[in-house]
Amino acid sequence: MEKKLNEFKPGERGVVRRIEGEGQIRRRLFDMGVTPGADILLRKVAPLGDPVEVNLRGYELSLRKAEASCVVMEVK
Amino acid sequence: MLKFALAGNPNCGKTTLFNALTGSTAHVGNWPGVTVDKKEGTYKKLPEPVAIVDLPGIYSLSPYTPEEVISRNYIIDEKPDCVINIIDATNLERNLYLTTQIMEIDVPVVVALNMMDAVKKSGDKLDAVKLERALGIPVVEISALKNEGIPALMERAWQAAACAREGSTVLCGSALSHVIDDVKIALKGKGVPSPLFHAVKLVEGDELEVKNHPDEVAMVEAFKEQHSDDVFGGDFEAMVADERYKYISAHFSTAFTRAQKSEKLTKSDKADRVLTHRIWGIPIFLVILFAIFHLTFGEDLFYLNAMFGFAKDVDGSGYAVLTGNDVLNAFIAVFYSTAGVSTPGAIVFNLMGFVTDQIGGGIAAGLENAGAYEWAQGLVNDGIWGGLSGILSFIPQILVLFLFISILEDSGYMARVAFILDRAFRKFGLSGRAFIPMIMGFGCSVPAAINTRTLADEKERIMTNRVIPFFTCGAKAPILAAVCGAIASEFTGVNADLLVFALYVFGMAMAIVMVAFMRQTSMRGEVAPFIMELPAYHAPQLYNLMVHLWDKLKHYIKKAFTIILASSIVIWFLSHFSWEWHYLADEQINESILHDIGAFVQWICTPMGFGYNTSELRTFGWVFVVAAVTGLIAKENVITTFYVLAPAIGAVLPGWDDGESGIGAVVALMNATGITWQGLLAFTVFNMLTVPCFAAAATVKAETPKGKFRYTVAFWMLTSYITAAAVFLILSWWWTALIIAAVIAAVVAFFILRNKGKIRLNFKKKETQRE
Repeated sequence: MEKKLNEFKPGERGVVRRIEGEGQIRRRLFDMGVTPGADILLRKVAPLGDPVEVNLRGYELSLRKAEASCVVMEVK
Repeated sequence: MLKFALAGNPNCGKTTLFNALTGSTAHVGNWPGVTVDKKEGTYKKLPEPVAIVDLPGIYSLSPYTPEEVISRNYIIDEKPDCVINIIDATNLERNLYLTTQIMEIDVPVVVALNMMDAVKKSGDKLDAVKLERALGIPVVEISALKNEGIPALMERAWQAAACAREGSTVLCGSALSHVIDDVKIALKGKGVPSPLFHAVKLVEGDELEVKNHPDEVAMVEAFKEQHSDDVFGGDFEAMVADERYKYISAHFSTAFTRAQKSEKLTKSDKADRVLTHRIWGIPIFLVILFAIFHLTFGEDLFYLNAMFGFAKDVDGSGYAVLTGNDVLNAFIAVFYSTAGVSTPGAIVFNLMGFVTDQIGGGIAAGLENAGAYEWAQGLVNDGIWGGLSGILSFIPQILVLFLFISILEDSGYMARVAFILDRAFRKFGLSGRAFIPMIMGFGCSVPAAINTRTLADEKERIMTNRVIPFFTCGAKAPILAAVCGAIASEFTGVNADLLVFALYVFGMAMAIVMVAFMRQTSMRGEVAPFIMELPAYHAPQLYNLMVHLWDKLKHYIKKAFTIILASSIVIWFLSHFSWEWHYLADEQINESILHDIGAFVQWICTPMGFGYNTSELRTFGWVFVVAAVTGLIAKENVITTFYVLAPAIGAVLPGWDDGESGIGAVVALMNATGITWQGLLAFTVFNMLTVPCFAAAATVKAETPKGKFRYTVAFWMLTSYITAAAVFLILSWWWTALIIAAVIAAVVAFFILRNKGKIRLNFKKKETQRE
C-alpha cells in the first residue's frame, strides 16, 4: 500500500518508493539518504506536532511534515 | 610542507581528530579571508611536519550551503596532498555517500574509520580490509577520542600522498556512465583538472559547473533528450544520488554485519524520550535555560537562602561568617555570604574579584607611598587598572556561561532544541535550525554568526545574523547584572535575578518580533526546509570542553590587554585633558574633550531617558553616551567606562573591596547623575539591541551578502533607538503605551494589508512612467 511519510504514525515502518517535489528539498533528502529503497521508521512527533523524527540507514533524521509529504512510501 | 585536509560529515569526530593530530602545538585560528573558516595546525610525528587543514563538516559536495562550497573549492583549487575522509563507522552508508563524491576528484584519499570502539561495543562487526578492497582506497581504523590508530592513519596518508591518484566513480555501471565519460573526455582535452568530478557535477546540472563549462552543457542536454526513465524522468541529479546509495548498499555495506538487534532501548533513546517528550519537552527546555543563567549569574544557590533564610549578617559586618582576619573574611564570603551559598558562577566571579581587589589595593598603596604625581596615580589606578580589572573580573563568569553552552552543544541536546522549537519558530518565519546559532549567541556573537553558514537559505541567514546580537552575549551580561543589581539594591521588592532573566527573554522576544517584521517587509519568502540529523546523545568530553574554554580564555585575555586596555586609557586621557592639552583634575571633567564629544550628541538620547531630561542629567548624562559609544569597541567597555568615569564626575565608588563589581559603579552613577531606573533600563536595552562590538559586526558583515551590511547597521541602530525610547516612555508614563501600541498596530496593519494586495504603493508606476 502506498502512503506518504507525513501520514505515518509513530512506530510505523516502510520503504521509500519515490521522492516528489523539486530543487533543493529534493536534493537535501537525497544527500541525507532518503532514496528509493531506503527503509524508514517514524520514531516520534515533536511536542508542537511538527517536525517528525525518523530512523533510516542507522541514524536519526528530523524533517517537517511538509518535506515528509514529498516522500512516497510503501507500507510493509 | 605537505598539506593534508580533513573532510567528513558534520559530527563524525573531525575536530576531535584535528585536536589529537595537532595536539598542543596547534595554532587554532581563523584564516585570513572572508568566508573561510578552516582551522590549520601541524602534525609533527612524520619524517617531515605536515600541515593539517580542518574543513567544515558536510554531507555532500553539492553547492547548496556555503560550507559545502568552501570544502569543495578547497579540495579542488588548493589541491591538498591528501584528503583524509573521516567516516563515522556507526553510520556507514550516509558517510560513504560523501566518500563516493570525494573519490571522483583527482586527489589521494585515505578513509579514517572513526568510532570503531562504539561499533565493537554494540556487538556489530565492520571489516575494514573488505571495505578497503571494495573502495580501492586505503581504509584505516581509528578512535580519535581514545587516540588509537592515528600513527597508522598518518603513515598511510603519507604513503598515499607520494603518488598521484586519478578520480574514480561508482557510477560506471549506471545508465549515465556514457554521458559522464564523454563529458570527462571533452573536459580532459581542455586540460581541466579533475575532469571526472566536473563531468559528474555537470550531468547533475550543478549550478556552479553549468556556469563554468557552458560548452559541455550542450552534450548533457543532447543526452537528456534521448534518455527516458520510468522512475526519474530526466532528473539526473536524482539518478546520480540514487545510484550512489544503491552502489553503497550493494558493495560497501556488506563489510558491515549488524549484531542481532535486541529491542532494548539505548541510553540515548531513553534520554531522548524524556527530553523531547510531547508535553514535558518544552518546559524542560525552559527549566534548563533558567538553570544555566541561575548557576552563572545567581548569588543564592537554588534560592536556598531565600527559602530557608539561614545566612545572617553577623554583627552588621556584611559577612555571614566572621573571623578575626579581614582577608579571611573576604575569602570565606567568596563561597558563603549574606546572600547564601554561592552558585558556581558567583564563586569564580567572587574569587576573581577577591584577587583583583588585592592587586588593585596594592598598586594604589604602592603609588601613594612612592609619592607619584597625581595624574600618574589617576592614570594607573583609574585608566589602566580600572579598565583591566573591569574585564578581568567578568572573564570567569563568561567562561562558566560558555561552559554550559558547550555542554549543550557537545551532548547533542542543541539539535533537539531545534527539533522541539521548529514549529514555533516557523510561525515567525525561521526554521528551528536557526535557533542553534541564536542560542550560541548567548555565549558570543562571533561563533554564532559563523555558525549561520549552516543555514542554506540566504534570507534566513541574513535575518539570523541581524538578530543574533539580541541574544545577550557573555560580554553584555555584566551590563545586565550591574544595572539590575543596582536597581534591586535601591528599590526593595525587586529580584535582580528575575530582572536579568526578564531582560534576556526581552532580547529573545525582540529577535522574534524583528524576524517576523522583516518577513513581512524586506525579506519576504517561504521558510527554508528543515532536514536535519539528530546526533546520538553522548556525555560531553572533558578534553573538548577544556579546549573550547582555553580558546575562549585566550581570546578574552588578548582582548583585555589590547583593545580594552587601549580604549580605557584613551577614555581616561580624553576625560582628563582639555582641548588645549591641560591636565584636568577629576572635578574639572566638564572642561574635558570627552565631555564635549558626549554632550554634543547627548540631546538625541532624551527619549531614552539619559539625554536632556533633567538639568542634573544634562550635566552628567554624557557619561552614558560615552559608555554606549565605547561599547561599540567591546561591550565589556560599558561597565569599565562607568568605573573610569564615575570618580571623575564625583560619584563615590564603594571602594576596591566592592565584591559585587559593576553594581557599585551603577549605584554611584545613579546618585551622581540622577538617572531614573526607567532610564537605566532603557540604556541597557539600547546596548543589548544596538550595533554589537567591532568583532561581531565584522563577522556579521563577512557572513552576509555584499551590500547588505549598511542596511544591517541601520537596522540595529533604528531598532535599538526606537525600542529603548519605547521602554523609557512606557515605564515612565504608562499611558504612552496606548499611543505606542496604536502606532505599532497601524504599521503592522499597513504591511499586512499591503502584502495581501489591498494597498498598493505607487512607486513602481511612477518609475515606468518616467521611462
